[in-house]
Order: sequence, then structure tokens, then C-alpha cells
Amino acid sequence: MSETNPKFKVTIDGVEVEVDPGTTILNAARLIGGDVVPPAMCYYSSLQGSGGKCRTCLVEVSKGSEKDPRPMPKLVVSCSTPIMDGMEVKNKSSEKVMDARAGVVEMLLINHPLDCPICDQAGECDLQNLAYEHGKSTTRYEFERRTFDKVDIGEYIKLHMTRCILCYRCVYTANQLTDQREHGILNRGDAAEIGTFIEKNLKNEFIGNVIDVCPVGALTDKTFRFRSRVWYTKPMDAHRDCKCCSGKAVVWMIGDEVARVTARKDQYGEVKEFICNECRFEKKEKSDWTIEGPRHIDRNSVISANHYEVEAPAHTPLLNKA
Amino acid sequence: MDRKLLLEHIGVEGIHTHDVYRKQGGYKAVEKALKSMSPDDIVEEVKKSGLRGRGGAGFPTGMKWSFIAKPEGVPRHFLCNADESEPGTFKDRYLMEKIPHLLIEGMILSSYALGCNQSYIYIRGEYMYVLQILEKAIAEAYANGWLGKNIKGSGFDLDLAVTTGAGAYICGEETALIESLEGKRGNPRIKPPFPAVKGLWGRPTVVNNVETIAAVVPIVNEGGDAYAQFGIGRSTGTKLISASGNINKPGVYEINMGITVEEFIYSDTYCGGMKNGKKLKACVPGGSSVPILPHYLVCKTAAGEDRLMSYESLSDGGFATGSMLGSGGFIVYDEDQCIVRNTWNFSRFYHHESCGQCSPCREGTGWMEKVLHRLEYGHGKMEDIDLLWDIQRKIEGNTICPLGDAAAWPVAAAIRHFREEFEWHVNEPKLCVTKNYGLVTEKKFEPVNA
Amino acid sequence: MSQENIQLPEDLLQEVGRQIAKFPEGMQKSALLSVLHIAQAHFGHLSEPVMDYVARLLHILPIEVYEVATFYSMYDTVPVGKVKLEVCRTGPCMIEGAEKIVSYIENKLGIKDGETTADGMFTLKTVECLGACGYAPMLQAGEKFHEHLTEAKVDELIEQYRNNPKANYLGL
Ligand SMILES: Cc1cc2nc3c(=O)[nH]c(=O)nc-3n(C[C@H](O)[C@H](O)[C@H](O)COP(=O)(O)O)c2cc1C
Ligand code: SF4
Ligand code: SF4
Ligand code: FES
Ligand code: FES
Repeated sequence: MSETNPKFKVTIDGVEVEVDPGTTILNAARLIGGDVVPPAMCYYSSLQGSGGKCRTCLVEVSKGSEKDPRPMPKLVVSCSTPIMDGMEVKNKSSEKVMDARAGVVEMLLINHPLDCPICDQAGECDLQNLAYEHGKSTTRYEFERRTFDKVDIGEYIKLHMTRCILCYRCVYTANQLTDQREHGILNRGDAAEIGTFIEKNLKNEFIGNVIDVCPVGALTDKTFRFRSRVWYTKPMDAHRDCKCCSGKAVVWMIGDEVARVTARKDQYGEVKEFICNECRFEKKEKSDWTIEGPRHIDRNSVISANHYEVEAPAHTPLLNKA
Repeated sequence: MDRKLLLEHIGVEGIHTHDVYRKQGGYKAVEKALKSMSPDDIVEEVKKSGLRGRGGAGFPTGMKWSFIAKPEGVPRHFLCNADESEPGTFKDRYLMEKIPHLLIEGMILSSYALGCNQSYIYIRGEYMYVLQILEKAIAEAYANGWLGKNIKGSGFDLDLAVTTGAGAYICGEETALIESLEGKRGNPRIKPPFPAVKGLWGRPTVVNNVETIAAVVPIVNEGGDAYAQFGIGRSTGTKLISASGNINKPGVYEINMGITVEEFIYSDTYCGGMKNGKKLKACVPGGSSVPILPHYLVCKTAAGEDRLMSYESLSDGGFATGSMLGSGGFIVYDEDQCIVRNTWNFSRFYHHESCGQCSPCREGTGWMEKVLHRLEYGHGKMEDIDLLWDIQRKIEGNTICPLGDAAAWPVAAAIRHFREEFEWHVNEPKLCVTKNYGLVTEKKFEPVNA
Repeated sequence: MSQENIQLPEDLLQEVGRQIAKFPEGMQKSALLSVLHIAQAHFGHLSEPVMDYVARLLHILPIEVYEVATFYSMYDTVPVGKVKLEVCRTGPCMIEGAEKIVSYIENKLGIKDGETTADGMFTLKTVECLGACGYAPMLQAGEKFHEHLTEAKVDELIEQYRNNPKANYLGL
């Protein structure tokens, strides 16, 4: 007896798509692609338990389902709300959504430094992209922002908590990729921070992936050589034989030199195959890698859109000697 | 109908002990239920009683119970929410301290009704001495065969234990409570799944407030219909009210729902009127989260009818001119109190208690506190009032759990009803730090900000 | 304190066992909050070695303990005085004079909110609603609630704690 899986029909901003039951609104939107996809700062499809926190992916459900067409009373998070058959969702076409999202972006930015030009993540920061699309250029927040000193968590990773948006992704990554989580969320409310409590080295061989899942410049690669603006580097798909991981990575080249290595991300900034610390931090010779060809960065990001391609300010060293 | 259902025997010497409680008719409901009622019979009686959750949301208890999932072979859990941290609320502590066996009896009945064999009372860490009272009472209940294996030969097993929080208002939210009970940070869970399907340790779970659980005892003893004779309309039964603020007789009162607010504040049976002969300025009728009412909307609704102590009447007029019964934390303010200061104080509370998981609440509560602080200390600007309005609007409804709403509502209500007092703080920056504004003038509500 | 010195006495270890036994097999992490209370009462505060010890007692990771200890306001991860005077400052207590009580204690003990007296006897801390709003203003010292506070009552209380050698974390 062969059974055909019933599909659910859902309409997002007027575009219809059929998906498997259990699919979330966000993933249904990603099947459609383009403008109907809500931004997601905390959800990460491969990390169990992620999502629901940043609230940037809020959408309006204008029709609950075919069976119960009543609209949902409140906006819902698309990353964690499963679709129902016949559901109608509004993302960009809802004023309520755009208003709430602008509010969320404003909240995310009130304690975030406004120094994108000198941030290591500039040019590939999801928050920068989000703010560009949904935020206002001025802030109404007139109080001191919370700041932290940069700290080294181990020989490879730098934590600049000031930039963290508490998406919890790095915590889930450590939980799910390693068996000895050593960092976590300390304190609560707006005093909450990512930390190890006491100085500790994160040393698990997969811990480097926290850098890739971090949507902002809070966790960065200390071995990143020539830490200039990323748009001066050329991303290349590359691989190597690795005992530990798939060995499939992106090497970011400056001339003939490997500036840094990251995992490969899809168009939504998500890594599907995590890489090990050796590949990421220790293979910095071109000869370590088989270069496949240029990596197409097809995200609609400020890297490709050129919004932030300004001259690097004079005080950021082109050569990172640290 | 002045009879009390929960606190009837509160005055009896030694009522906190098993033997005295038993002599006053205690554990009769358990005997009755185990002998002659099926679990579903109890759920049915609770439905008939019209009992609504006493923890704040007022959700019908019988309906909540009927949602619990019953997958084969998976244990279910029943939890008592004794986290009581909503400012203005202290009734659960009173009940547990004075008559702990009433809660235990209610726990047995509820656990039986839901088919749970392992139940917990989660009590806030600051109530450590109450925890000891409960543990003593639980030991007595075990010793007398009301807990443990095969209770009174019925074949029903129940283990009951008390477990503790450690200072976090958010753990009163039921999924945060569950996380905390699992030994974690009190971060509310993202729903769905709801606890009725996946709660404690991933198992179907029901969480109820102390007072809700205690009310199951008279419901089983006298029947749901008899219980529903108390109260008014859909506000059946009696309610414990914690009265505080500038009144003559603060304390915990069991009221028959439906008495007037005026009677509650001014009669000697209850609050005994305003302290020092001052005038009433405002009232927060259901704990700090619910909208504050200005004096002219406390005893009368906007339509000029008597305001009653009931779910419906206190919320008459919606947020425009009404409030909520909430947890029954009834806070009374006299003419000498400053609304801006009180709003700042509450904002600081929510800022302090936000778990920090979701961005609007984590960032917005602190922002509101800072703006309110500036207004209260005479450094505010006129635009701050609209800014506050906008911040609370962006938090409300956009967060994981209702703490965001709870932080937004008091600010919204204060601006809605006391805007002139906020403006006065801006216009009189020197005066506002030495003097209070006094009573606000009665105004016709303009429905723009509803 | 070095790791080896961190050890609860037998009776308290039994109490830890009793807490763990409240939960089904494998769910011992549920006892974490209770065990931290026990450890804090015994050691005075939750230092990093104490938290690591608790992690070992419950077979969980140290970070799981740090995350919890820093979330809940009752836990102290830095040293505090023998007696913590925790004065409620929330709305209902405020309108009944909590702020005056706080400044009275500040002046009397010469410390500010959050500080500890030089002799290590008292720590003053303002806290949020403790569920005693009808008996305001109030403070908690150890496990004990002191309600309807007046300056005279505060004097008496502080005197009591000073003179009683048994004054400890748990209160009188
Ligand atoms: C932030 C927050 C705090 C809460 N605090 C409490 C509390 O201290 N006690 C309580 O019984 N319910 C509290 N609640 C309500 C609970 O989430 C839940 O609705 C209640 O325990 C259900 O029991 P009931 O139906 O018997 O009222 C709180 C809810 C929120 C959102
Ligand atoms: S450090 Fe980065 S990944 Fe971790 S919580 Fe903060 S923003 Fe998210
Ligand atoms: S609304 Fe506030 S308390 Fe609730 S989950 Fe979000 S941050 Fe935490
Ligand atoms: S992506 Fe959905 S809430 Fe963050
Ligand atoms: S406000 Fe102080 S005990 Fe409730």
C-alpha cells in the first residue's frame, strides 16, 4: 500500500506553496525564497532548540487554516510556528509586521555599538544587514550602552560580548557538537552574557564552529590573518582530506595567502557541514587545500550590495599582528 | 453568603497540624474521591464548579485539565505553582503557612483526577520557612496514609515533594517553572508544545496555582454545583485577595466574588478604609502587572455602575477604563503617592526580572526603566512620554512569554490615566522631586489609545 | 580554598541525597537549586570550587551550575556578610516607607546597598517583592521575615544579630 504524503498548502505574501505537515512558516517561506522570507537572527535549522528568541521573524497569520480560518490574535514567530493547511501568512505585506520588526531591530541595536566600520564582522554581519533593511538611521536611545572587554576564550577564539545579541546559537552549537560544553549564558535579563564564568579555554575540536553560527561579530577567529575588511578577501571553495570532518570549507584568500578558513554557508547564512578546528585554525597554507573555485556569495548581503564598501578607517591596521 | 470555603477553619488552634485539620473535616474529600469517584468524575465536578485559575490568567481549570495528553506508558506530572512573586500578592504564603494540609489535600485530589503519581510543589526560594512547614505537613500526611503507595487501599499511589526556586519572578510562568524544576535557568519555553503535551522532563504536565488547588477540596466535598453557587456570573466561588498599600487593615481576605470594590476598600470587614483619612488616588486591583485605575474608575465602571470584585467587572471597559482581577494583589494608593515613581518602581521590577531571552523584553524593560527614572527625577522631556508609550507598544504581544506584556501594561495604563501627572514632572522639574502631584482630575476617556 | 577542602559534612550530604531522591532516576539535575542552597548556607557563598563540587555531586557540567547560580538572585557568587539584610523595595513596600528603612540601615551600618560591613557581619541588599506586601515595610534576614519595620525595630534587630553568636546565614 503506497501512501502519498498529504501536503499542506500555505500562502505567504500572496505566493502559494505546498509543504509537508510540520514545516514551519519560515521554512515554507524559504522554499519560496526571495522577499517573502522573514529575517532570522536566532533560528538555525541544524541546531535543535534554536529559534523563538530574537523575534525578528515575526509574521502575521491572517488566516489560521482552512478548517479554522480565524486570524491569529498576535504576531507569531515564523521560525517556530508550524503551518496549517490553508494558512495565510503576511510578511512584508503586513504593516503590523514591518512596524513590530522595526521595533525589534531598534531593541537589538540599543545596546549594540554603532561602530560597524571598525568591527571585524563588518560586511558579513546579519545584524548590519537587518538594520540596513529595517532600521532607522537614528537612535532614540540616549543612555550608556552596555560594554564588555574583549576576552580570549582559548587560543583560537575571541569573544566581544558587547556585540552579542544573545541568540543562543553558540550555546546550542557547543551542546550539540561537543560533549563538554564549557561556555554558556551567565546572569539574566539585559545583564545576561556569554561566558565561561572563570577563564577557560574552549578546546573541543569542533568548538570553532561557534564563530560561523554567530550572526554578529561577537565570536571571531583569532587566527584570521590580514584582518582587513572581508571584502578585500576572495572566498574560494576548497577541500582537504581530514580525518575529523568533511574537510569541505571556504578559504578566504588575499593574493596567494589564506587569510582564514570558514565552513560553507548557504544563502541563509547556515552551515550544513561543520568543520573541525584543525581545518579552520591550522591549515593556513594554500598547499593545505585543493582549491575548487571561487565561492559565490549569493546572499543579499551588504558585501555584495556594496553598501558598506568604504575605505577602511586609518586606525584599523590592515595587517593584524595580534 | 458569607461562608468561607478555604479559610473557614483558619482560626482554629493548631490547624496547621494533621490531627486538628482532620478533626475539622480535613481529608474527607480524599476519602470521598478515592471511595466513590473516578478521576473523570472529579474533572467533571471541577468543570461544573466554574473554577478559574487563581494564579493570574483566570483560565477555566476543568478545561485545562481536560487538555492533558495521555499517551500510553508515559508518566504525567502535576505541579503546584507556589512561586508567588507578583508584587502585591501574598495569599499563597498565608494559605500554606496557616493551613498546609488544605494544599496537600488539593494536591492529592488533583493528582488523582489527572492520573499523576509524582507531584511537586515548587515554592519560591525566599519562602524557605514555609517550605519547612510544608515538609512537616507532608511527612504527617505520609504517616497517616494520605500519601505513598496504595492510599487508603484505593490502589492509587502518590508521591509528593516540595522543591525550591532561588529568587526569580519569571519562574512563576509555568514553562519557566518547569525549566527551573529541571535544575535549569528559568527561561520560559517557546510554545507549542504546551506543557499539557510536553512539560516536566518532556512528559504531559499540568501546573496550577496554590489557591486553585486548594479550591478543589470544597468542590469535591460539596460538589461543583454547590461551589458555583458562590460568586457571581462566570466568577464562581471565593477568592483570596491580598490587600496592601495605604489602607487601615492590610492582609489576606477570602471574599465571595461579587462584593463591591467600595465595600472591600471601605468596610471594616475588609480593608477598613483609607489610612489616616487620606483620599483614594488609585488602585492596582490584581498585582503589579494589571493596569492601574485612577480613583474615579475604582469603585465605579466608566458606565457608572458599581465595580465588583470579580473577573468580569474588574475588566469592564477593557484596558481603556478597566483592569483585571489578576492574582488578586490589591494595592491601594492614597493622594500622597506619586504615580510616576510607582511606575518607575514597577518598571525596575520587570527589568530586574526579565529572563533576557527575547530581545523586546530584555532590552525594552531596561529602556523603560531608564526613561521613567529620568522623568521621576526631573530630567525628563515631553517626548519621553510618547517614547515610553511607543516602547511598551513594541514589547506588548511580541515576546515569548507574558512577562513582556506584564511589563508593558502598567506603563501604558499609567500614561493613559495619569498623563497630566507625567507632564507635570516635565514642566516642574524642581518641584517634582520634593512634592507629589496629588489627585488627578477626572477625565473622559478618549478611545484613541485603547 | 583548594578543591580538596571543599566537602560537605555527612549530615548535609545526607540532605543532598534526600533532595536527589525526590526525583526519578537520572533526573538528579532537578535537585540543583536545592543543593546550591545547601552549599551556600554551609560555605557562605558559591565560589567557583564550590560550584564545581556541586557539579560533581550531581554529575553535571560545571557550566550548568554557573549558568544557574548566576541566574537566580538568591545565590551569591561573591562573599557576603554573615547576615544578609534583604530589604524589599517594590511598590507596596515603597509606598509604606521602604526607602526610608534602606537609608536608615545604610547610615547606621555605614554601607550602601550591596555592600558588606568591614567586620563581615552584615550585607545590605535591596530585593524585589517577598510576598509580605501587607505587612510592609519588611526585610528578610536569612530565612526569617521581619515585618512592619520601624527604625526602632531595625535597631533592635541589628543589636540582636550582633549579640547573638549564633547569628548566621540562616537567621535567628
Ligand atoms: C511572568 C509570570 C509570572 C507568573 N507568576 C505566577 C506565580 O507566581 N504564581 C502562579 O500561580 N502563577 C503565576 N503565573 C501564571 C502561571 O503561568 C500559570 O498561568 C498558573 O500557574 C496556572 O495556574 P492556574 O490556572 O491555577 O492559575 C505567572 C505568569 C507569568 C507570565
Ligand atoms: S556570541 Fe554570537 S552566537 Fe553566541 S549568543 Fe552571542 S550573538 Fe549568538
Ligand atoms: S518576555 Fe521577557 S521574561 Fe519572557 S521569555 Fe522573553 S525575555 Fe524572558
Ligand atoms: S529567528 Fe525566529 S525568533 Fe529569532
Ligand atoms: S512589595 Fe515588599 S513584600 Fe511585596
